[in-house]
Amino acid sequence: MRLKVNGREHEVTLARDDTPLLWVLRDHLGLVGTKFGCGIAQCGACTVHVDGEATFACVTRAADVVGREITTIEGLAGADGALHPLQQAWIDQDVAQCGYCQAGQIMRAAALLARNASPTEAEVNEAMTPNLCRCGTYNRIRSAVLAAAGGSHEA
Amino acid sequence: MKPDRPIKLDRRAFLKLTGMAGGGLILGVTVGCSGEDPPDPQHSPPASGPAQAFQPNAFVQISQDGIVIYAPNPEVGQGVKTSLPMIVAEELDANWDEVTVVQAPIDPAFGAQFAGGSRSTPMGWLPLRQAGATARHMLVTAAATRWEVDRSEVETRDSMVIHTPTGRRLSYLELASAAAQLPVPDPSEVELQDPSEFTLLGRRITGVDNEPLVTGGELFGIDKRLPNLAYATFVKCPAFGGTVKSANVDAVKRQPGVIDAFVIEGNNEPGELASGVAIVAEDTWCAFKAREALEVTWDETNAAKDSWSATERQARELARQAGKTTVVDNGNVDDAFGKAAKTLEAFYQYAFISHAQLEPQNTTAWWHDGTMELWAPSQTPQRAQQTVAEVLDLAADKVTVHQMRGGGGFGRRLINDPVVEAAAIARRMNRPVKLTWKREDDMAHDFYRAGGFHALKGALDANGKLIAWDNHFISFTNDGTEAVSGGAIRPGTDPEPFVPNYRVTTTLLRWGNPCGPWRAPGSNVFAFVHQCFLHELSTAAGRDHVEFLLELLGEPRWLKEGDPNALHTGRAAGVIRRAAEEAGWGTDLPEGHGLGIAFYFSHAGHIAEAAEVSVTDDKRLVVHRVTVAADVGPIINLSGAENQVMGSVQDGLSAMLGQRITFENGRAQELNFHQYPMMRIPRAPRVDVHFIDSDFPPTGLGEPALPPLAPAVGNAIFAATGERVRRLPIVEAGLS
Repeated sequence: MRLKVNGREHEVTLARDDTPLLWVLRDHLGLVGTKFGCGIAQCGACTVHVDGEATFACVTRAADVVGREITTIEGLAGADGALHPLQQAWIDQDVAQCGYCQAGQIMRAAALLARNASPTEAEVNEAMTPNLCRCGTYNRIRSAVLAAAGGSHEA
Repeated sequence: MKPDRPIKLDRRAFLKLTGMAGGGLILGVTVGCSGEDPPDPQHSPPASGPAQAFQPNAFVQISQDGIVIYAPNPEVGQGVKTSLPMIVAEELDANWDEVTVVQAPIDPAFGAQFAGGSRSTPMGWLPLRQAGATARHMLVTAAATRWEVDRSEVETRDSMVIHTPTGRRLSYLELASAAAQLPVPDPSEVELQDPSEFTLLGRRITGVDNEPLVTGGELFGIDKRLPNLAYATFVKCPAFGGTVKSANVDAVKRQPGVIDAFVIEGNNEPGELASGVAIVAEDTWCAFKAREALEVTWDETNAAKDSWSATERQARELARQAGKTTVVDNGNVDDAFGKAAKTLEAFYQYAFISHAQLEPQNTTAWWHDGTMELWAPSQTPQRAQQTVAEVLDLAADKVTVHQMRGGGGFGRRLINDPVVEAAAIARRMNRPVKLTWKREDDMAHDFYRAGGFHALKGALDANGKLIAWDNHFISFTNDGTEAVSGGAIRPGTDPEPFVPNYRVTTTLLRWGNPCGPWRAPGSNVFAFVHQCFLHELSTAAGRDHVEFLLELLGEPRWLKEGDPNALHTGRAAGVIRRAAEEAGWGTDLPEGHGLGIAFYFSHAGHIAEAAEVSVTDDKRLVVHRVTVAADVGPIINLSGAENQVMGSVQDGLSAMLGQRITFENGRAQELNFHQYPMMRIPRAPRVDVHFIDSDFPPTGLGEPALPPLAPAVGNAIFAATGERVRRLPIVEAGLS
C-alpha cells in the first residue's frame, strides 16, 4: 500500500490488512515520534494529523488513510527546518517532564491552532482533553499553546 | 546549549577514557564515530589529525570539538539529564550554550547510576561539583603555565581563561590539549566556588532533550531502532505467579507476520523472569494480534488468589481490634486516652494503584557475538545488567545496558522484569528483538502501590493539645513475614516525633500480587492518613489548623542531629507558614470554597501545600488552586524544579480522584485507561510554587511534593462541605 506521510510517498507491505497507522509509522517507516500508550484511543500519545485533523493513529487502520495527507511530529516543522510555533513554545517554556506524551500533545494543539488561531483557555482545555500526561505538565501545556497562539497571531 | 549530538565512542576509546578516569592517568584519546548513526561532522576527527581530549574524570570531556558533560543517571522525567550536568558546568565555569550533554554509559566511573528515592541530586551534588572544579583547576593551570603567570592572576568565565592584568584569553577548547598533559589533582582538594557566585544554578534552563522531544527524535527505550529488528510480546498468566502448563505455539506461529513463538519457563522470581509465551513477529501489531490465537493452560497452583472485595471486608472486621504486632509504643497510650478531655476515632483506607507510566514497558535486546546488548528505559540500569547476567547465566561483562530515556518511571522502572524478558527472548533469536508490553500487560503485571487500612484513635487534652495517637495499620505481606514494599510504617514517621504517647500496631494480610515503590513510597499514603486525621483532631479541638501544626512542631531543631536528610522543625514551620500566607489562610474565600493545608516531610524535602476547592451539588470536586511552599535547599534548575512540583500536584490529584486497581481471583480488574482514569487537562488546577531559598544541601524533588497534595485536598473538602473524605480514591467516598 502507498501512504503519504509528511509529504513523501511510502510503499509499505504489511502482513495484516488491519494494521493501525501507528505501527506502520513506528515499525515500518521508522517514524518513532508518534507514541504507543494505550492502543485504544484513550491517551492520545499516538496523535497525528490526517488531512489536518487530529487522529488517534493507534485505532486508525493504515488501509483507511491511503491517499490522505498524513502528518506526524517529524513533519510538523517547516520544510526549511524552522520549528512550528508550538514546538518553539514547548522548548521556551520547558513543558516536558518525561516527554513521552508531548509529541501527541503538540500534534493535538497544532490541529486546534490550525482551525482556531487564538483559542481561549477554555477552548484549549476542551481541545486538549483527549491527551493524557502522567507527569502532570498540564499547566505548561496550557500556557505554551496560548503563547504559541499569541506568537503566531502577532506574526 | 547545543542540541544533544552524542559523540560516539568506540568501545576501545571508551575503555581508555574510563581507565583514565579510574586511574588518574592522562592520555589523549581519539574521538571517533561508530554505531549506526551517520558521523556527525561536528565531532568527527579533524582532517589534520586526532583531537586531543581532556578528560580529567568521567564527567567532563573537552577537546577542540567542544565541551561534553556526561549525564550519569537515568532520565525518567525528573530532569536530571539537565540538572546534574548543570552542577558540573557551574563549577567548570563553562558557557552552558557551548555544552553538549551526553547520556553516560553504564560504568563504575560514574558512581551509582540509578533514579530512585529522589537521590540523584543529593548524591551527585559534591562529586559533580568536584568534577567540574577539577577540570577548571587544570585549565587554569594550563593557561597560567602557557602565559608564565601566577594562577592568582587568572580567572575563568564562559568557557574562557582570562589573564586579568593583560586581558589575554584562551578558550577551554584551545587549552584542552595542554590540560590533558597535566596531573589530575585530588578532587577533594580542589577549591569549590562560593555558591553566592553561582551564575548558572538557580536559573531556568530548558531541558537538554527538548528539541528532539518536540521533533520526534529517537530518545525513549521504545524508540530504539536497529537493522533487521524483530518485535515481540510476552504473555504471562493474568494471576501473578501462574506458569505455563501448555500452549498452542504452533498455531500461533502460523499467524500472519509471526516469526516464532515459544514458551519461556522462567525462574518465577518476582521482578526477574516469569513463565510465559513469547511471540516474535515482523511488527508489533502482528505480535499483539497473534495473541488472539494463543491458547494457554496455566498452572495456577502457586498463583495469586487475591480478592480486594474480600480483603476490604476482612480489614473492617480487623479494625475493631488491636494489631497483631506492635511497631512503636512510646509513652503510655492507654493511660493518655484514659485522661483525655476528648478522643476521636476514624477509619481510613486506600486502594492499590498502578504506576501507569505512559511509555509501556519495553526493552530492545540483541544477542550477538556472545554478548547480550540491551537498550532499556530502566531506573536501575546497573542492576538490570547484573540481573540479566544472573538469570541468563552470562558473565557480567557479556551484558551491556544502554541507558534510554524513560517515558515516566514513578518507581516502576526500578524493577527490571521487562529487561530480563527481552534478553531471554533475544537469546533464542538470531536478530535483535524489541519487546513491548501492551498497556493491559503493564497494568496486569505491575508492582503495585499497596492498598491499606488504618484504624486511628487520637486524644486531646483540655487545652486542645494532641496527647496520644493510636494507629492499627492493616497492610499486606507476600511472604507471611515482611510487609510489602511501601506497606510498613517505619519508626520515626511523622507525626510520631511530635506526639508523646504514640502507638502503631500492624496486622499483615497475605497477598499474592507484588508491590513496589510508587512515587514517594509510603509517604504517598501515610501523608493522606496522618495529615487528614491531624486536621480532624484540630477541628475537634476547635483550633486553627496552621496554629495546631506549628505547635506540634515546637522549637526549631533537627530531629536527628547531624543528619541533613532528617526533618528540621524550623524548615517545616517555614513552609507551613509560607504556604498558608500565600494561599490566603484565614482570609475570606468565595462562597462555597474551602481551603485545606497539609505538610509532609519525605525524601529529605520539607513541603507544605494548600488547596482551595469547592464541591458541586452533584458532588463533583473542583480544585481551584494549589499553593506550594517547598524547602529543598538551593534550587539547581528553577524551571525543572517548578515542573516537578507542579507535576507532583497534578499527579497526586489524578491518583486521588479515581485511580484504583481491584483484584479478583488474583487478577487485576482494571487494565487500561478507560477503567483506570487519569486526570485530563480541564481538571488541572493552577499551581503556585514558592521555593524557600535555604542554604541546606540540595535534596531531590522527584517525589516529596506529591504526598502533601491528597491531605491538603481532603482537608479542603472538609472545609468546603463539612464532609470528611477517608478513602482513596475519592470516588469511593461518593465524590467524582
